[in-house]
Amino acid sequence: MGKTFQRPEALADTTTHYCPGCTHGVAHRLVAEVIDELGIRGRTVGIAPVGCAVLMYNYFTFDFQEAAHGRAPAMATGIKRVRPDLVVFTYQGDGDLASIGLSEIVHAANRGEKFTTIFINNAVYGMTGGQMAPTTMPEQRTTTSPFGRKTDYTGMPIKVAELLAALTTPGYITRQTLISPKYINRSKKAIKKAFQYQLENRCFSLVELISTCPTNWGMTPIDALKWAEDKMLPYFKLGDYKLPEEN
Amino acid sequence: MSKVLMKGNEAIAEAAVRAGCLNYFAYPITPQTEVAEYLAKRLPEVGGVFLQGESEVAVSYMIFGASACGERVLTTSSSPGVSLMSEGISYITAAECPAVFVNIMRGGPGLGGILPSQADYFQSTKGGGHGDYRLLCMAPASVQEAVEMVMQAFGLAEKYRNPVMILGDGLIGQMMEPVEFPEKFKAKPSNKDDWATNGMDTRKSNKRNLVKTLYLNPEELNAHNLKLKAKYDRMEREETRFESYNMEGDYTALIVSYGTMSRVCRTAIDILKADGLEVGMLRPQSLFPFPVKAIYEAAAKQSCEVVFSIEMSMGQMMEDVERSVCGLRPVHWYGKCGGEVPTPEEVMDVVRSIVK
Repeated sequence: MGKTFQRPEALADTTTHYCPGCTHGVAHRLVAEVIDELGIRGRTVGIAPVGCAVLMYNYFTFDFQEAAHGRAPAMATGIKRVRPDLVVFTYQGDGDLASIGLSEIVHAANRGEKFTTIFINNAVYGMTGGQMAPTTMPEQRTTTSPFGRKTDYTGMPIKVAELLAALTTPGYITRQTLISPKYINRSKKAIKKAFQYQLENRCFSLVELISTCPTNWGMTPIDALKWAEDKMLPYFKLGDYKLPEEN
Repeated sequence: MSKVLMKGNEAIAEAAVRAGCLNYFAYPITPQTEVAEYLAKRLPEVGGVFLQGESEVAVSYMIFGASACGERVLTTSSSPGVSLMSEGISYITAAECPAVFVNIMRGGPGLGGILPSQADYFQSTKGGGHGDYRLLCMAPASVQEAVEMVMQAFGLAEKYRNPVMILGDGLIGQMMEPVEFPEKFKAKPSNKDDWATNGMDTRKSNKRNLVKTLYLNPEELNAHNLKLKAKYDRMEREETRFESYNMEGDYTALIVSYGTMSRVCRTAIDILKADGLEVGMLRPQSLFPFPVKAIYEAAAKQSCEVVFSIEMSMGQMMEDVERSVCGLRPVHWYGKCGGEVPTPEEVMDVVRSIVK
């Protein structure tokens, strides 16, 4: 009898630098499983962001480029335009994608660039130590909103999936979460669909994943999952926001 | 091949295609926009990629991504646009990827103006982006030389795995001159298996490639910077280029000038010569590496009393001329940086005011 559960070939056999309870590991594994299942490891190029996942290339076993903060969609554009045969994905956090790189992601989506973006939304800057992000929840305490995010001063959290879905260009835009096995299975299906649309040369695809950051939220991993469910999911509603068939 | 009359910007665009570069990303900015307009029509004819990016920042990373997967790639811009690209240029240099940038300079700082200038000398030769990096920087003085430098730039960028900057002033981009596209300058394909992130299936080894610029370990980062420095040292040995004018015999003064400004100086030198005053000129064709040794030797000539740095900037190149001359002779600056090119008469007056 063969093994029923093993490390995907696309995932390196190593330990990660991520904190206990962080959902990056789950997201990495889902991406690796999809790449294995689609048999595309040899023609995939990943683009690492600036943020906690900057070192993600250490955990995968295929070609990678490391972007500057927020610029991954421009790099992915450069690759896909000159080498449309390659499979390209960016993996970006909320500070990277929704703050400094908002212009790059909006224009890449609007041009209908045929790459895939995995967008990790955990409502906080992780690597720099828990500062307020564009997706930080109202009244959420961070090191740069020590009294809680005041929305009359800093606005409301940016809903990236809704923002990109408002573009007229066809695309696949979905929001999922990694807070429980049921949702993780749905997230994997979404990630696979996103890569499949790319392989069919159909459209730009983005999977937003509501994730947790126990360390910077100052919570246990279990409490963080609960907080994401109670505070984030009512605001960041799950579901498909755009399907290419609808255009 | 017969010569054709072309505008500088269009000739630069055609030169890239002839050199084997079929990928171009850019953002419109005066006075270089004709490059983009030309390539928007030309590249589809040859199966190439033309894409207008949303900003110069994004364009510099489109260049990075395309270059990092091993494709030959070009962008062109003008001064404020190159400021925005400087972030990406720092990363591309750190990641050791080849790419060709063209800056058709306009006046600065800030929005400055849209007329010719050489005010991006520091930006191009001393950095502009962050960190210890250098660009191989070539400065054409004619449309024909711009064509040749662009064509050669792709091979040089791949030789050093480093961006090459072609630094032309607005006049080089805007004027029309007869040009030809010498086949001999067409860049040969280079093997990128060792580093390009073009998919593991495309190479024989099973090794994956990684293009990155983060070195958290201080020893590794220092070693990386020493490796980059060794490349810049090699550029100084192998790529220093300059042209001499009226330096065969004795000369009382030496002018250092480049680009369009050097052509005006040439006329001034001819008139001064007819009047009995011998002035030599050393024209740097490479601004990095700067022809330090050649300028020192030219200034050291016994007949030479004084050195002039004549530039369309406020003494930026003069700093390099001074460090070349090493205090051996007095160095004087003359220049304008509002968009007007100094006339031969102005240059002659400056020389005569110092050399009696």
